[in-house]
Amino acid sequence: MTYRVFLSRLGNGLLVLMGVAIMNFTLVHIAPGDPALIFAGEAGGGDETYVAQLRQDMGLDRPLVTQFAIYAGDLLRGDLGYSFRNQRDVASMIAERIPATLLLTLSAFVIALVIGIAFGMLGGWFRDTAIDRGLMVVTLVLYATPLFWLALMFVLFFSVRLGWFPPFGMQSVIVPDAPLDRILDIGRHLVLPAFSLGLFYAATYARLVRASVINVANADFVKTARAKGVPGSRILRVHVLRNAILPVFSLASVHIGQLVGGAVLTETVFAWPGIGRLMFDAILQRDYPVILGVFLTTALLVILINIVTDLLYRIVDPRIESTAGN
Amino acid sequence: MSKNNFAITRRMALLGATALIALPGVGLAQAEPVDGGRLVLIARPEPATLGLGLNLQAPTIYVGGKIFESLLTYSNDLKPMPSLAKSWSISNDGLTYRFELQQNATWHDGTPFTSADVVFTADDMMRSSHPRWKLLAETYVERIEADGDFAVIFTLKEPFSAFIYAFELSSLPIMAKHVYEGTNYRTNPANNAPIGTGPFQFVSWNRGQSIELERYEDYWDESDAHLDRMTFLVIPDAASRETAFEQQLVDVLRPGDVEGFVARRLSDTDGVVITTAGEEFYAPHAFIQMNLRKPPFNNLKIRQAVMHAVDRDFISNNIWFGMAAPATGPVSSRTAFYEPEVTAYPFNVEKARSLVAESGLSGDDLKVTLTPLPYGQQWDRTAEYIAQQLTQAGLDVSIQGVDVSGWAQALSTWEFDLALNYTYQYAHPALGVARHYLSSNIIQGTPAANNQGYSNPEVDRLFAEAANSVETEETQRLYSEVQKLLVDDVALGWIFEMRSPTIYRDTVNEVVTSAIGVMDTMKATWKAA
Repeated sequence: MTYRVFLSRLGNGLLVLMGVAIMNFTLVHIAPGDPALIFAGEAGGGDETYVAQLRQDMGLDRPLVTQFAIYAGDLLRGDLGYSFRNQRDVASMIAERIPATLLLTLSAFVIALVIGIAFGMLGGWFRDTAIDRGLMVVTLVLYATPLFWLALMFVLFFSVRLGWFPPFGMQSVIVPDAPLDRILDIGRHLVLPAFSLGLFYAATYARLVRASVINVANADFVKTARAKGVPGSRILRVHVLRNAILPVFSLASVHIGQLVGGAVLTETVFAWPGIGRLMFDAILQRDYPVILGVFLTTALLVILINIVTDLLYRIVDPRIESTAGN
Repeated sequence: MSKNNFAITRRMALLGATALIALPGVGLAQAEPVDGGRLVLIARPEPATLGLGLNLQAPTIYVGGKIFESLLTYSNDLKPMPSLAKSWSISNDGLTYRFELQQNATWHDGTPFTSADVVFTADDMMRSSHPRWKLLAETYVERIEADGDFAVIFTLKEPFSAFIYAFELSSLPIMAKHVYEGTNYRTNPANNAPIGTGPFQFVSWNRGQSIELERYEDYWDESDAHLDRMTFLVIPDAASRETAFEQQLVDVLRPGDVEGFVARRLSDTDGVVITTAGEEFYAPHAFIQMNLRKPPFNNLKIRQAVMHAVDRDFISNNIWFGMAAPATGPVSSRTAFYEPEVTAYPFNVEKARSLVAESGLSGDDLKVTLTPLPYGQQWDRTAEYIAQQLTQAGLDVSIQGVDVSGWAQALSTWEFDLALNYTYQYAHPALGVARHYLSSNIIQGTPAANNQGYSNPEVDRLFAEAANSVETEETQRLYSEVQKLLVDDVALGWIFEMRSPTIYRDTVNEVVTSAIGVMDTMKATWKAA
């Protein structure tokens, strides 16, 4: 059954990917701004002849339909194109940025889940107590705080004032030779961006889990467990958490997609060399092949993550499987 | 090295920038240079490529300027100084420029540098990849030829006194013939792993993070290149750049790395040196570009009103925090042949309002959009201030925010009413000024042309005669005359001369040693242990 679901999701994913490719191509090309003009400006300015030559070199002088046909043909061959501005192929530009983005977003995601679920459980379990109110105030503040401001405050406090963590970058200027030292160096650089990104989402999860815990805690099977004398901690862990956590999966699958392509602010403040910044720079420079490549890669990652989440959902909650079977 | 070893520090350095200009090459320290160490700087934004000559954005020149060299560099008072050319001579008729080259220079792969590299660069590669050089070469250069392995002769079609200023790094970076000849220049792998003749050679480029250079041991000038390494960090956020400098993780901030208000604050910080020297060659000059093709700016009274409505002192002192000086006309006071005696347009909103009334225009004719230069907060504030002032004068101004691409497109296709812009002057009016006013340069495709559509045959004639003049006094007379004409016509709304500071720690010495400042090789720069 799971196998069939997987294939079905994969098929849908491919259709979505095709739609994304067409839509991205159209949107990027109808947006104002001319890559040839920008390139000419970077070369010190040029007359109309020079710009026309650039446009021809970039293939922008052809009809849009022809340009799309060439783009689609390249895609089918697994070629994401060539960045005229960076003088490099797009696939390698994206490939070298993906590890940094995945490291940051997955770390932030783990932080968000752990803190969010813990806060939510405690808040829901100790509903309307000082603990609940305290935790909800914290989550509300985190939720309402702009991401970049939180990031800057982290830098000021933990880096400038306390000197605990580096304020920017992924590695020190002098990279340690020993592999373990290098890992630790990256880890130290990771702390502030991962927490500033993760805490925003943690606040969302905390509020979601709290509501879910309150809902589940009033369910008949929990009341029965209490009546049977099952210890509170066991009820929370085994009965409540397992049921209350399900909505987090749905939301998390949406969030992780946003995180992969949308950590631009965090990557900018912390000079983190990820795909978000690559995309942002490419948009500013109208570097069409890079924009399209990043959009497509992000869409692919989101689709894959959604498929995996979908499957995990079925494992965590077997009722879904049986409903699908019926 | 303690702070006391320096003659000028912090705010004093800012105030005393003119002293530095007057004493070219004189650094801030008197101590003996120390060899070794790593200098950490910022690449902002990250360069698209390091192929100097193909990309002339500031970050490419900043990093590439340590790897590549040109024939000349220029002192802070704009005198030519040796670089890859150890000496030069100009014939009396102003038609022949002969350069004697360094004889022991080599490329970073060990290949000897010769006159063939210069001829290839100037006569082939730059003619196709460098629009500014291409225009210059096609207009003025008859032929370029080698005389043996270590001399190059440029023969001009007609005298062009500004030609001696065409040999700085961004105008003619010398590229390796054996690397580029017969290849597609734009896709040559060396653009991302450059091979130059400069004091520092390329080591690595960790995209999105840093670019690493190291001292080239076989550099032709053995007395220089003190630093072992240079690291350019990629830090896209302005607040993070400020933190990096304050945390002493970065040694040097180039002009524009931080906003003016941050620079002013840093100028009061212990151990920090700040100077506005090092921009004399480019002399960035900011102006309001008014589209003269349509109302209301095809009306001289409206253009005069714009000049009276804007308080240039206020902009310089309050929006740019004193890191700017009011502009009086098309030529910067730091550029050759500057004429101060031009018509003045003192700040007077009442006068501006009456000029608008006298123009006879009203209603929709006075409705205009202002396209700001999307280069940061100070430019945003400048645009907001100008819009407010022009509204007070009687125009109906709305700001149309765009990104860099949108701004470039608006100017390049003439689809604008009012726009903010600035230009580099390249030391001589013929190189950096005339292009904004010549009728022949009313072209689309670049924001660095006569985008406003100004046309005056007398101005064209004066610029042409001045460019050909070899007599300094006559040249000055012609340029003075053309400046007066342009100011009378309000061909552009000149606002201020940018005086962006270079900021560095006082442990770093000889940071600014030429008129192109930190864009130069920085081979004399050294860092106290």
